Amino acid sequence: MDLNTFISQFANMFDETDSSEFTADCSYQDLDEWSSITAMSIIALVKTEFGKSISAREIRSCHTIEELYNHVISM
Amino acid sequence: MAFIKAISYYLPEQVETNEELTRVFPEWSVERVTSKTGIDSRHKASESETAGDLAEKAALRLFDEYKINPRSIDFLILCTQSSDYFLPSTACILQDRLNIPTSAGAFDYNLGCSGFIYGLAMAKGLISICAARNVLLLTAETYQKYLHPDDKSNRSIFGDGAAACLVSDEGFAEIGDFVFGTDGSGARHLMVETGAARHRQPTNETSEDDNGHIRHSDYLYMDGSAIFNFTLDAVPALLENVLQKNSLTRGDIDLYVLHQANKFMLNTIRKVCNLPKEKFYVNLSETGNTVSSTVPIALRQCLDDNILKSGMTVFTAGFGVGLSLGGVILKF
Repeated sequence: MDLNTFISQFANMFDETDSSEFTADCSYQDLDEWSSITAMSIIALVKTEFGKSISAREIRSCHTIEELYNHVISM
Repeated sequence: MAFIKAISYYLPEQVETNEELTRVFPEWSVERVTSKTGIDSRHKASESETAGDLAEKAALRLFDEYKINPRSIDFLILCTQSSDYFLPSTACILQDRLNIPTSAGAFDYNLGCSGFIYGLAMAKGLISICAARNVLLLTAETYQKYLHPDDKSNRSIFGDGAAACLVSDEGFAEIGDFVFGTDGSGARHLMVETGAARHRQPTNETSEDDNGHIRHSDYLYMDGSAIFNFTLDAVPALLENVLQKNSLTRGDIDLYVLHQANKFMLNTIRKVCNLPKEKFYVNLSETGNTVSSTVPIALRQCLDDNILKSGMTVFTAGFGVGLSLGGVILKF
């Protein structure tokens, strides 16, 4: 999966945030809609699309969507 | 051979709806959490009502619904992590309260979401060694009592309840072969730390976890993401191992009835295991996650709603606190 597809899948987990917010350098944890439930959605996304396990700590340690994507790819 | 002969359940009278929860947590979006958890309301035991009380009511309902004479029960097992006392076993007290003969064996065992599967295995074992013919398997939990008033996530997920299941040498669902699993390295991910022998006195400590949740040492703590990851790793392998042990393939399974943890987790498990939606049961809207009782409650709901019919082969599994898991095939 390339970065752009990842960003669009990432955006799908949100209901209220405007899609223009979701760019490679989007600082996702600063989004108003960000919550532990969205973190769970990321865990599910990483598992179903990449077959990998990501922890809450790893999700918290990344800042931008691109950083998260690169981290997942490197796992 | 051992069979399930009867299943009933009891939910305490008090109900807490999502609307009531949002009055306590006004910053919280009910719709969003409902859509993720699949839970609209959950039952709560009253202040004076214990897991033993709920188990008793579930058993009395079973006796009534299936016209079972309690004198025919020759073994009683209770799965709970909210026992009435440190000692004795609540099952011993229930033997007397349920008018089960004094010749019956009785004990409690401490497991959570995997508990019903382990109970079926022990009941089958007792029957296969001719130690018993009619084993009353009770599951009862009151996790709500362990929750901090500010713990909105767990207050929304868990519900109190109990189930009663009669396992016998004849019945409507044959119990197949089991597969189990344990990973104690994850014990800390779902825990009530104080009150028992290790930390008898409350320590009144608070800290923030990796999910940004406040952890209160004297209340139930669940690291949702760690449990989620454990489940997503363990359940697909469990499914394959159970199928193999029972000489079955996925095509033989008519219905998947897994521990009803929450809708989001169940749907993700379904996707990771690549299972058809129409064969995958999800229903916890009015019960919440009742821990060890979700599987028997779901099986009974499937029977009542005619989703589960004679001739069907069911994969069932429990997973969670321990960390612990187990799975088995039931042939209806």
